[in-house]
Amino acid sequence: MAESYTTTKHAEGHPALQHHFENMEQQREAGTLGMWVFLVTEIMFFGGMFLAYTLYRSKYPAAFASASNHLDITLGAANTGVLILSSFTMALAVYGTQVGKRKLQLFCLALTIVLGLTFLGIKAVEYKDKYVDSLIPGTLIPGHPFSPAVQVPGESFDEHKLHLLPGATVKNVEMFYWIYFAMTGMHAVHMIIGVGLLSFLLFFSVKRRYGPEYHNPIEVTGLYWHFVDIVWIFLFPLLYLLGRHLEHGG
Amino acid sequence: MRAIETFEPPAPSKVNYLNAEYGLKSWLLTRDHKRIALLYLGSITFFFFIGGIYAMMIRLELLTPEGDLLQSTTYNKVFTQHGIIMIFFFLIPSIPATLGNFLVPMMIGAKDLAFPRINLLSWYIYIAGALVTIYALLAGGVDTGWTFYAPFSTTFSNSYVVATGLGIFINGFSSILTGLNFIVTIHTMRAPGMTWFRLPLFIWAMYATSLIFVLGTPVIAITILLMAFERLAHVGIFDPALGGDPVLFQHLFWFYSHPAVYIMVLPSMGVVSELIANFSRKNIFGYKFVAFSSLAIAVFGFLVWGHHMFVSSQSVYAGMIFSFLSFAVAIPSAIKVFNWTATLYKSSISYDTPMLYGLGFICLFTIGGMTGLFLAALAVDVHLTDTYFVVAHFHYIMVGGALMGYLGGLHYWWPKITGRMYPEAWGRFAALIVFVGFNLTFMPQFVAGYMGMPRRYHAYPPEFQVFNVLSTAGASILGFGMLIPAIYLVWSMRYGKRADANPWNLPGLEWRTQSPPPTENFETTPVVTWEAYEFAPPEEIEVIGRLRGEFENV
Amino acid sequence: MQSWIPFIPESASTMSWKVDALYFYLSGVTVFFTLLISIILVFFVIRYRRRTPYEIPRPIAGSHKLETLWTVIPFVIAMTMFAWGARVYFEQYSPPENAIEIYVVGKQWMWKIQHSTGQREINELHIPVGRKVKLIMTSEDVIHDFFVPAFRMKADVVPGIYTSEWFEATKPGTYHLFCAEYCGMNHSGMIGSVIVMEPREFDNWLSGNAGNQTPAVAGQQLYQSLGCVSCHGANGEGGRGPTLAGLFGRQTLLSTGQTVRADEAYIRESIINPQAKLVAGFGPIMPTFQGQVSEDQLVQLLAFIKSLQIVSPQPATPGQSPATTTTAPTRATPAPNAK
Repeated sequence: MAESYTTTKHAEGHPALQHHFENMEQQREAGTLGMWVFLVTEIMFFGGMFLAYTLYRSKYPAAFASASNHLDITLGAANTGVLILSSFTMALAVYGTQVGKRKLQLFCLALTIVLGLTFLGIKAVEYKDKYVDSLIPGTLIPGHPFSPAVQVPGESFDEHKLHLLPGATVKNVEMFYWIYFAMTGMHAVHMIIGVGLLSFLLFFSVKRRYGPEYHNPIEVTGLYWHFVDIVWIFLFPLLYLLGRHLEHGG
Repeated sequence: MRAIETFEPPAPSKVNYLNAEYGLKSWLLTRDHKRIALLYLGSITFFFFIGGIYAMMIRLELLTPEGDLLQSTTYNKVFTQHGIIMIFFFLIPSIPATLGNFLVPMMIGAKDLAFPRINLLSWYIYIAGALVTIYALLAGGVDTGWTFYAPFSTTFSNSYVVATGLGIFINGFSSILTGLNFIVTIHTMRAPGMTWFRLPLFIWAMYATSLIFVLGTPVIAITILLMAFERLAHVGIFDPALGGDPVLFQHLFWFYSHPAVYIMVLPSMGVVSELIANFSRKNIFGYKFVAFSSLAIAVFGFLVWGHHMFVSSQSVYAGMIFSFLSFAVAIPSAIKVFNWTATLYKSSISYDTPMLYGLGFICLFTIGGMTGLFLAALAVDVHLTDTYFVVAHFHYIMVGGALMGYLGGLHYWWPKITGRMYPEAWGRFAALIVFVGFNLTFMPQFVAGYMGMPRRYHAYPPEFQVFNVLSTAGASILGFGMLIPAIYLVWSMRYGKRADANPWNLPGLEWRTQSPPPTENFETTPVVTWEAYEFAPPEEIEVIGRLRGEFENV
Repeated sequence: MQSWIPFIPESASTMSWKVDALYFYLSGVTVFFTLLISIILVFFVIRYRRRTPYEIPRPIAGSHKLETLWTVIPFVIAMTMFAWGARVYFEQYSPPENAIEIYVVGKQWMWKIQHSTGQREINELHIPVGRKVKLIMTSEDVIHDFFVPAFRMKADVVPGIYTSEWFEATKPGTYHLFCAEYCGMNHSGMIGSVIVMEPREFDNWLSGNAGNQTPAVAGQQLYQSLGCVSCHGANGEGGRGPTLAGLFGRQTLLSTGQTVRADEAYIRESIINPQAKLVAGFGPIMPTFQGQVSEDQLVQLLAFIKSLQIVSPQPATPGQSPATTTTAPTRATPAPNAK
């Protein structure tokens, strides 16, 4: 706990000090702990969906492998690279703010936003492909039910057609796809919120609000961004990399 | 003989948090945790009476064995909505959002919670969830039971499931943010000298509750989202006709909803610790044991959800593990009851209304908790689950326990919150009426349950009628008993006797500032040099025995 | 439905008194501790009431000895309750080997009961006294629960799977049957009776209510009309599809390398979702019958497949046709597994 205790109604010091805190140290501690607690709630939130994934994957392994193979691994891997790079630029932005390197701070914040938008753009392309191939599950899009073209044995390989491994049914493949959309969709929502937060930070950084004496908002937003990245690191292998060996040799 | 005064009371000032600013905007855009607590107080009281009206409708219908008052679909909506309103819009926010919001900063010597604007946002989120739910109720209601079991909720119900689910989903974020706020506040904003083991036990209870808020609520959020998703998009998450698993819904639902019951009772236990200690002028016996029990209940509470599913086709071996853990989680609660009782030994007890509610809690929670053991015992649960025994058990905990604690705390801190005293005679009278009415309502239901009367029944075989008539009679008395405080508490806000800073003569930090408190709570940041519940410096204690001539030397 | 003990329903099964005994123990402990706490509270509240306005009692910090005492004793008591409950529960949920099997299909808002000997009932279940009865249950729509208070027994009836409960009635009479899992509009109307009869009366009832096909015979007809014969053989001998004769209850090797027991759930799933558990050595060519067969019909197919026995000792492998006969019972003979 801090050393000095103010006795006045308005705390003196940094203009960013909120009136109910004793000093900046306490405010910084509270903000950081608050973000960590929030991230724990996010783990519990995503956890329910990971549980559903685990359950249904163990129930329908062949269907999950078939569906996973049918996802576009190039786009998925590209997105993974984009996000990892964006976590790096985010960390650099935090560093830049902490040591007062303003150009680095602004550039890296902007670059993180661009990378985040790139991720969302690639995701949009993937979603559009699913729509075109009639892979949207259930009656999410009225009039456009789940009815992928299935590869008939003997036919030449067509990447738009779903190849069913032995034991897989289209019904169970649909199960994979709702989990895919629920999890990546929820993740994308969090990305959008992250991009929004970063935009705020960039705007106020231009106005010179953050620097070595006050950089906690950037730090805690960095925590949030890294968390969203980590969720994707789990999603990518679980959704995109199942059973690749069955399909592509090995 | 002197009063408990180890500090200079502040010169009373006319300015306090209630009159510091006027106007609707100063309330709707406030960052003051005390004003936000009052905003919540008004909201949850409103919902309590709506839930109570539904309860009266249930009890009136069940006076006769035939379903002759309400149509069955209406009755099904009534009991569903009674549960949803009482649990999500009254009990879960009750103590945390009113008493917790008001007192957590004050009891630790802080000016406000860590995130005041998030606190206000919590209230707005609560209101948003409430409005969506009210819309669903008015548009036609929901009839799935508050437990929303699939596939009835996802595929077969024709009621406003998605809208209600959305309302509850939104409301959940209110809880999560409140819990987050409390955890950060308690960790980082304690006044100098306020070490963890000098904290009032109410704070320990709020901390444990906040852990559950933060860890459990997101799971119900995603469960409701998945249920709504399935209902709208027919994807087959829980519906077996589409390849899903209905028991998965139960696991996800109860993983939150069991810890939720600890959200409802832990704060009340915290209040009871305050009431017992302060109205017997003695520190809580076994302070550390009570503090750690709160944490133990919060942690163990996450491990027992399967005891709601012993007959659901869950594996017999899983059932045994859940049964064992359910017995284990009862032990910390038992420890608390024994410690509270031991606190009263050689103490100095006053019969004020808050103490009456505290004593009532101990008695009724003991019954409620022990009847929970019946349900933890696998073989007996097979017979009792989904009967009125379960209904009686949880009402003993929720009403006999949580609600009594809430009323006790409300009366205890009323002078601090409003600067006025409530009329003591009416307070005691109402406490007695509530106690009698409550027992008459729910004790017969234990018997009806073992006799075999299932729950959620609109009509029932005639041999159960006698129990239902007794229960309805009790409910009328209970309802009357609830109205009395509603009236006199409101009355007291204008006409009650003015209270000074420390009307009960107590050592807690909240009593060391004026009533009602100023906006920033304390004139100067307190520095804590005394232990919890230290009624006087040790060297100045008047030993009670000496006063009665029981001891020769001290 | 009163028994001679007040506040207890009639006891009519072998398990009833076992559950009641534990219930009395729990009640006794509850009453004891409630009285103990209440009396101590009242005593303390009177004895230690405040006499003078400013008195402060001497603080007592606590006592590790007491804490240990009132932690260990409740824990030990709780463990006795747990162990007793678990033991009886294990017996309640372990269906006995040689029980009369009766199929139950629950739907909003009625119980359809199908005896193996062909009798069908709606909302009533006739059973003989002194014989073990096992119910094999599923739901056509939402989750229900088959609750018989007099037997102290219930189990959820879940769509998509088979669940079971068993009991042995000890006293002739008519007992309540309730649905005990909320299932919608007429949940409280989904009630009926379990009618326990002396063996002679039960036999009379059986013959008086005969005239329906047994489920196994109905199942055989479905087996032919749905075309199962073409791959599985007229007597379940196999061919393009795996052998069904003698399958029920046996361990089966799947294409994934796993081995599963071919129980009711497995057979039902293989009709609805054939590729879910593909038998080793067979291709994924069986079409699904989801939507084409009702739960009642699935129960009949199940009964038929259960009745398929191998007579000749030749092992069944894909492509071969060992000699088999069916022992689909007629209405005169009891179900194969009855005592």
